Amino acid sequence: MKISLRREQHLELYYYMKLNRALEEQMVRLFRQNKIVGGLYSSLGQEAISVGTAYALEPRDWLAPMIRNIGALLVKGFKPRDILTQHMAKYTSPTLGKDGTSHFGDLKVRHVVSPISMLGDLIPVMTGIAMAGSYLGQKIVAMTWIGDGGTSTGAFHEGINLAAVQKAALVCIIENNQWAYSTPVRRQVPTQDLADRAKAYGIPSYVVDGNDVVSVYQVSKEAVERCRSGQGPILIEAKTMRMKGHAQHDAAEYVPKAMFEYWKARDPLDRYEKHLTASKLWDAQTKAEIDARIERELQEDLEFAESSPLPPPELVEQGVYCEGCHTIEPDWRRPKEELVPPKSSVAAVWEVEDFGAFEKREEPAAAAKHSTVLASGDGRRHPAQPSARKGKAAKTPTRNKVRR
Amino acid sequence: MLEAIRQALFEEMERDPAVVLLGEDLGVYGGAFKVTAGLLERFGWERVIDTPISETAIVGAAVGMSYLGLRPVAEMQFIDFIACCFNQLTNFVAKSHYRWGAPVPMVVRGPSGGGVHGGPFHSANPEMYFVHTPGLKVVYPSTAYDAKGLLKSAIRDNNPVLFFEHKFLYRRVKEELPSGDYTVPLGKAVVRREGRDLTIVSYAAMMHTSMEAAEVLAKEGIEAEVIDLRTLLPLDRETLLASVKKTNKILVVHEDTRTGGIAGEIAALVCEGAFEDLDGPVLRVTSLDTPVPYSPPLEERFLPDVQRVAAAARDLARY
Ligand SMILES: Cc1ncc(C[n+]2csc(CCOP(=O)(O)OP(=O)(O)O)c2C)c(N)n1
Ligand SMILES: [Mg+2]
Repeated sequence: MKISLRREQHLELYYYMKLNRALEEQMVRLFRQNKIVGGLYSSLGQEAISVGTAYALEPRDWLAPMIRNIGALLVKGFKPRDILTQHMAKYTSPTLGKDGTSHFGDLKVRHVVSPISMLGDLIPVMTGIAMAGSYLGQKIVAMTWIGDGGTSTGAFHEGINLAAVQKAALVCIIENNQWAYSTPVRRQVPTQDLADRAKAYGIPSYVVDGNDVVSVYQVSKEAVERCRSGQGPILIEAKTMRMKGHAQHDAAEYVPKAMFEYWKARDPLDRYEKHLTASKLWDAQTKAEIDARIERELQEDLEFAESSPLPPPELVEQGVYCEGCHTIEPDWRRPKEELVPPKSSVAAVWEVEDFGAFEKREEPAAAAKHSTVLASGDGRRHPAQPSARKGKAAKTPTRNKVRR
Repeated sequence: MLEAIRQALFEEMERDPAVVLLGEDLGVYGGAFKVTAGLLERFGWERVIDTPISETAIVGAAVGMSYLGLRPVAEMQFIDFIACCFNQLTNFVAKSHYRWGAPVPMVVRGPSGGGVHGGPFHSANPEMYFVHTPGLKVVYPSTAYDAKGLLKSAIRDNNPVLFFEHKFLYRRVKEELPSGDYTVPLGKAVVRREGRDLTIVSYAAMMHTSMEAAEVLAKEGIEAEVIDLRTLLPLDRETLLASVKKTNKILVVHEDTRTGGIAGEIAALVCEGAFEDLDGPVLRVTSLDTPVPYSPPLEERFLPDVQRVAAAARDLARY
């Protein structure tokens, strides 16, 4: 698959990455002024992942961010003011002050599921979104992220495994930023590539340079379209580095200085700016215009957030239950008649093709190998292994068959 | 009762293609207790989904489905395993509508309760973990009629409902059910037996024990009013308080263990709402504060029975 970007798209990627970074810098200033009510997490150095992956989605697709995926929320259409008011616990925030950080969503328009703090739990939820999307005939893809540490949870395993047996259109990105709070990745997982976990689920995977936004986008786009065509879930490991402590309170003294320096030289925004210049995709004036637009938008939204009220105390008791405030109606994109008797009726028997014999083991599925797309400052892909597409996954059984 | 539950699922699935089932061994096999027998044949592989043994993924996937407007009914093979998805239920499901206005119209149902020598891991009554969780609704019926009507209401409700099915009652409670569609409202207790001397409040299998005890008491001239809670969250305060105001005495009977059982909550709300009307202490007959034991003499000692309920009622009536 040849995946290229138009000039405007290149510039849009820059816009989102830069906005992501500038917004977080803004929030650090607010934090120091005591205007952020709770904790503040940083995605410094990881912006290419949030932006490059989410940019591969269509508006109808769904995503669920983790704490360091503000960039993905911006790509999906949320505004800096949503993120600012969330952090400042304002009544004008998407959750009216009931929750903070990136813990908000939008079922109707942007198709974003609010995360919870418990790591891993989004994965089965997004699997369910993908399953329901296929059931309703919507042809959607569900995307979510998990940290290197988060892959150690049971929920991660249960969710990916369910997605794999259900052939759910789930793209899960592992952001391997080398640290989970204070624990280095090697104490979390004993394998070099976390993408290797895909083998255990019989699903394809990629390893990508997470600090190269174009590579991230290209891999994600390929994964999203493979998913959409019904081939089941895909795991992408993006290699990167958490350039700050776990959150503002954490000075990250446990991280070797040299490690920060190594990764600082690979800063995704610097690299992308150089790439845009080298490829003559912009000039100084274009950059200045985009930067000015970002500054303007941030200023406007900052003023909005600062002047917003805190919620009235009475709000606390409202909204525990839906008491008729929502009308729930799925968006059917296939005839419902297929799903009710008599059309839905089947013979309830398993068709067992494989008796589990030991002697006649098949070659390991090609799908179990991952494609590696590593360092490519020029934004081109360098697959170190043949793409998995031509392997087993091409012979995906029909939908019903999978279920037997 | 089992057949009533099956009928409710069947009729709701016929009525609304947004209703789908997922769980372990519930399709081809029809479920460990055969509650879902025949549903796969009728509704197909996409609506009756056999999942891996992954309670967190079952509930998680049900949440995702409900965000797209489906009304999934997730089964716990035994309700004891709901402990494995406690996090999904209490953190993801229960807080969803409050935090970001995303309703979760799903049901989690499964066989619960003791009296069948299931031992420590197949006899649990974990309802109170969830009664303590704002955002969930908790239902625990005692009759076949209620089981059907309440399950239908649960499926149609826009909120997450935990639906406990007492497995002792599955094949022991038999009733003629009306033909045609009917529902029983969530959050409403019912007076099963009118009486003037004291109120006995119970639910699920202990409802039947309480009713038997009331018969014994009646022969002694003590007229007990018996209330079936049916829904534990939200709790029907009005029905409880109205009865206490009439009888002035209240005894709570539950199969759940004693400490932290719903009797404590009921005692508190009676003190708050009807203290002046009380002519005696709020009493309770419950299981013991132990795991559910396996061997029959141990389990019989563990569970409340008619004699213990009647004895407590006699004590209370003397005030
Ligand atoms: C289930 C669970 N356990 C513990 C925590 C506390 N916690 C929050 S973030 C974090 C580290 C996460 O590391 P990783 O998954 O690598 O993500 P990163 O912070 O590096 O983006 C921990 C331990 C949590 N949120 N959820
Ligand atoms: Mg990490």
